[in-house]
Amino acid sequence: MTQHVKLTLNGQPVEADIEPRLLLVHFIREVANLTGTHIGCDTTSCGACTVQINGVPSKSCTLFAVQVDGADIRTVEGLEQDGQLSPIQEGFFEEHGLQCGFCTPGMMMTAEAFLRDHPDPSEAEIRQAISGNLCRCTGYVNIVKSIQHAALRMREGQAAPQEAPVTAEAPR
Amino acid sequence: MIPDNFTYLAPTTLAGVWEALNAHPDDSKTLAGGQSLIPLMKFRLAAPAYLVDLRHVPGLDTLEERDGALVIGAMVRESALERSSLIQRRYPGIHDASSVVADPLVRNWATVGGNLAHGDPANDHPAMMLALGARVVAESPRGRRELDIGDFLVDTMETALQPDETLTEIHVPQPAPHSGSAYVKFERKVGDYAIAAVGVRLTLDGATVREAGIGLTNVGPKALRAQQAEAFLVGQQLTDETLREAGRLAAVDAQPSADLRGPVEYKRALVRTLTMRALRAAAERANAVTQ
Repeated sequence: MTQHVKLTLNGQPVEADIEPRLLLVHFIREVANLTGTHIGCDTTSCGACTVQINGVPSKSCTLFAVQVDGADIRTVEGLEQDGQLSPIQEGFFEEHGLQCGFCTPGMMMTAEAFLRDHPDPSEAEIRQAISGNLCRCTGYVNIVKSIQHAALRMREGQAAPQEAPVTAEAPR
Repeated sequence: MIPDNFTYLAPTTLAGVWEALNAHPDDSKTLAGGQSLIPLMKFRLAAPAYLVDLRHVPGLDTLEERDGALVIGAMVRESALERSSLIQRRYPGIHDASSVVADPLVRNWATVGGNLAHGDPANDHPAMMLALGARVVAESPRGRRELDIGDFLVDTMETALQPDETLTEIHVPQPAPHSGSAYVKFERKVGDYAIAAVGVRLTLDGATVREAGIGLTNVGPKALRAQQAEAFLVGQQLTDETLREAGRLAAVDAQPSADLRGPVEYKRALVRTLTMRALRAAAERANAVTQ
């Protein structure tokens, strides 16, 4: 028996008839064909599948798509706007926040939601916030730096939302 | 991993939930946050034919003090408790426990009600609720009943909740003056179950213990009250010596079994140490807080 689900994915309406047992991560990857969201451990441990559901970072391997019928969902594909990297993407790019990149989509979705509530976090708060996202390459040092970079950029953006950056080079 | 097929129902009233549960009493499961149930279904350790989601039922997200008790609705998420200043200020033991359940992403969905109703001795809230003397409200078309948390927790993965009943609220007695609580967990890594954890509530009269509640996580078939340690502490002054004795008795009260997290002796030693730490933390809070 299938069930009709209609939700918003990165601002676009998506609807489909699905089996209730279809996990959200499979809905995103195989129904909506957005493969930026990764399946890592498939056991609620690693956070590679993290997406934002109504702004709340969530492990999409541990939710059924039918549970989020009507929700507003944002994946890594929704970060970039008009060809511009978002502050969190820029942070990971500038600070070398990834090596193999497998954890990166989930890591960024968690970090971005966290920074909205914590614009000026301490290193300890950042490490606590990403404790549900595992990275087996970096040792987290550059991921923390990337998130700090993004925090700075987001605070600058808040201070002067309309102004374009004057210098071509991103601040360190 | 793909769970077995099921029919998904999301009623908009409690009556609708009961109707759904009653239609298939042996084959339906209530879904709250799903952070324990869905992993079980993925492993096919659980395969309910009907999943009854509480998410559209209004009124289950209460988090307030009412008539002498803290009321936690069945759909209150761990992250809501973590962020609540009421919980931080008045129920620090619950705040401690909510902050160490799984990881921050899981806590955005996981509920305290589910943490209790799942019946897993490794879950964090049962022991803290034992220490606090919480009561669980179960409702069904047959009526509403309140159970002491000690009676609610029956055995491993088994509670007193009947197939047609819904856990709707948890009631925690408001702390008496000069009370403090704490939950101390020892885990191998973030997201893992406790090797052992201890929840404590103390009410002090000057330096003397007037009331003590101690709950133990993952060192028995279900969360346990450390009754010998509790009984010993009442009327005692908290000194290094009495803390050590309370820790020793809590380790005797524990019923650990050896598993991949360690042998029995190690777990008893952990209970001893964690009990002392939790008692110290609770006593400090009892003295620091003017209620």
